[in-house]
Amino acid sequence: MSDIQIWTLVFVGITFSFYIYIAYASRVSSTADFYVAGGGIPAPANGAAIAADWMSAASFISMAGIIALAYNGYAGSVFLMGWTGGYVLLALLLAPYLRKFGKFTLPEFVGDRYSETARLVAVLSAIVISFVYVAGQMGGVGVVFTRFLGVSPTVGVLIGMAIVFFYAVLGGMKGITWTQVAQYSVLIVAYLIPAVAVSASVTGNPLPQIGFGQILGELDELQRALGFEAFTEAFTDPRYGMQNMLLITAALMFGTAGLPHVIVRFYTAKSVRAARYSAVWAIVFIGLLYLTAPAVASFSKLEILDSLNTTPSGELPGWFSTWADVDLITGPDGAPLEDLNGDGMFNYTGGAGDIANEVAINNDILVLASPEIAGLPAPLVGLVAAGALAAALSTASGLLLVISSSVANDVYYKRVNPGATEKQQLLVGRITMGFAILVAGYLGINPPGFVGEVVALAFGLAAASFFPILVLGIFWKKATAMGAAAGMIAGLTFTLAYMIWTLEIYFGGAGIAGIPPTGIGTIGMLVNFAVTIVVSQFTPKPSERMQALVEEVRYPGRTKLVEEHLKEG
Amino acid sequence: MNPDDRQAYWRANLRLMATLLAVWALVSFGAGIIFVDQLNEFSIMGFPLGFWFAQQGSILVFIALIVIYAVRMDALDKKFGADDYEEGGVSH
Repeated sequence: MSDIQIWTLVFVGITFSFYIYIAYASRVSSTADFYVAGGGIPAPANGAAIAADWMSAASFISMAGIIALAYNGYAGSVFLMGWTGGYVLLALLLAPYLRKFGKFTLPEFVGDRYSETARLVAVLSAIVISFVYVAGQMGGVGVVFTRFLGVSPTVGVLIGMAIVFFYAVLGGMKGITWTQVAQYSVLIVAYLIPAVAVSASVTGNPLPQIGFGQILGELDELQRALGFEAFTEAFTDPRYGMQNMLLITAALMFGTAGLPHVIVRFYTAKSVRAARYSAVWAIVFIGLLYLTAPAVASFSKLEILDSLNTTPSGELPGWFSTWADVDLITGPDGAPLEDLNGDGMFNYTGGAGDIANEVAINNDILVLASPEIAGLPAPLVGLVAAGALAAALSTASGLLLVISSSVANDVYYKRVNPGATEKQQLLVGRITMGFAILVAGYLGINPPGFVGEVVALAFGLAAASFFPILVLGIFWKKATAMGAAAGMIAGLTFTLAYMIWTLEIYFGGAGIAGIPPTGIGTIGMLVNFAVTIVVSQFTPKPSERMQALVEEVRYPGRTKLVEEHLKEG
Repeated sequence: MNPDDRQAYWRANLRLMATLLAVWALVSFGAGIIFVDQLNEFSIMGFPLGFWFAQQGSILVFIALIVIYAVRMDALDKKFGADDYEEGGVSH
């Protein structure tokens, strides 16, 4: 067993025991605790939980690599702006009002505000979006275990399932929230330490967010010399011209503001004011990682280009062979690594001059390899592994709770057995959660080939289905049930149809005006807005009481009407 | 709150929201994407300015916007004497 494996085991062991202890200490016995932690989580803790819930394996493991490699610098900004800008919409347009409206789940708001049909559409969308996501997280857990500990992906996923099962089923939202607070601490420390170390050693400035400015000139120059487009220059790739940058960024922003597992987080706040401050803490905690990711991307890209194009292949640093051994560094198009031009090096180029590119690097290794690229000792590599697991598990547990509460609260309690006792509801919630963990584990072990793509597309679907009817439901008293149902269905159908038409795994159509499937959610959202507004003009208005309630939610204080609404359950 | 106060409170809230959302769109879609080439003519601390807005500046402004919203809403609640927040959780 190597040093790295021993340290990984140590860190994973310590953090996992800690999560289990927290879960045991915060086990619950009421539905309010199980679904929304009794609505009693202080703002900073809730903010950290939102951040851990939100930042998944994709943010932690993949994002810096996607920016550096797949999107070559500037174009990667769609993820940075999209996944943080959505919080401004959430904080200003949704969080305080949804918290005031009370209730446990997103479908519950839709059902109460509009109609039972709308509730069912919402339940279905929430479950589908959450399953797509959670499969990716379980897959991420498997990958980390395989690469760092050498166990099979199946064993890795099974270990992850067992841990999540323990604290999510036992502790519900309360256990999940406090565990997520711990998981946020682990993941942010694991992300920042290598970044600070690299920045300090390369630029002398320990703040990577400022330090990476000093290497951008050098990086641009090197990239141009090797035949890549400059790292910082905009619109060099025709796929990411101005129109598509705008559309993709918007789809990610509005999608963020429509994701059920993020929205439900604001129900766990103590009060409307606490919901506002939860958003403050969340964006601060999330911003810390998102401001660091582009620095990690730039430093690693420079180091990778530099070492591959100047070092003989026999003398490459350790990270190269580590990842080449597991086929995450290969020749172009997955071919075996080969020194094509016989200069003794594996050249990584954009095809400048007569030096052909000889290397393909998987986006996912960039962050995992960052401690090694920075030349940091083995314990820190172990810490990054524990951080990646924290990111994957915290998101998985939040998603599982959405699935569980949607079924137990919105289907079982609201539709099947309205007379159910707390005990019965909790039992159904826990059984659903257990079942969902099994399905997620199965999907994690046997990932459908398109999970990675669908995760990105889920944002478009959330933007096209939920965002417009939530905003209109809050700000427009006369938005009607039929309008909302028609809007959701129109937005979803339009977006799905375009995705199926243009995605390579389906029809691979050219699309309209070069709009990629990842950006179509923005157009779908506009369709939803238009349809909801038009249909609402011609269909029966919401009841006087509902209109009055929507109005009440705008003002501070708890009035009689809101009081009654909360009691009705 | 009497009806006049309510209306004033809601108007002030909407005004604040509109201002903050305008800034939100300006830094991200504006400085980060639409005007990125023009801004890249300038640079600060090694960053081409448009690139900096797209990868750092916009996120910093988002944080500031959400902080300003929370603080200003506190002030608004206080002005209208509505700052005794109920701390009760939701229950069925």
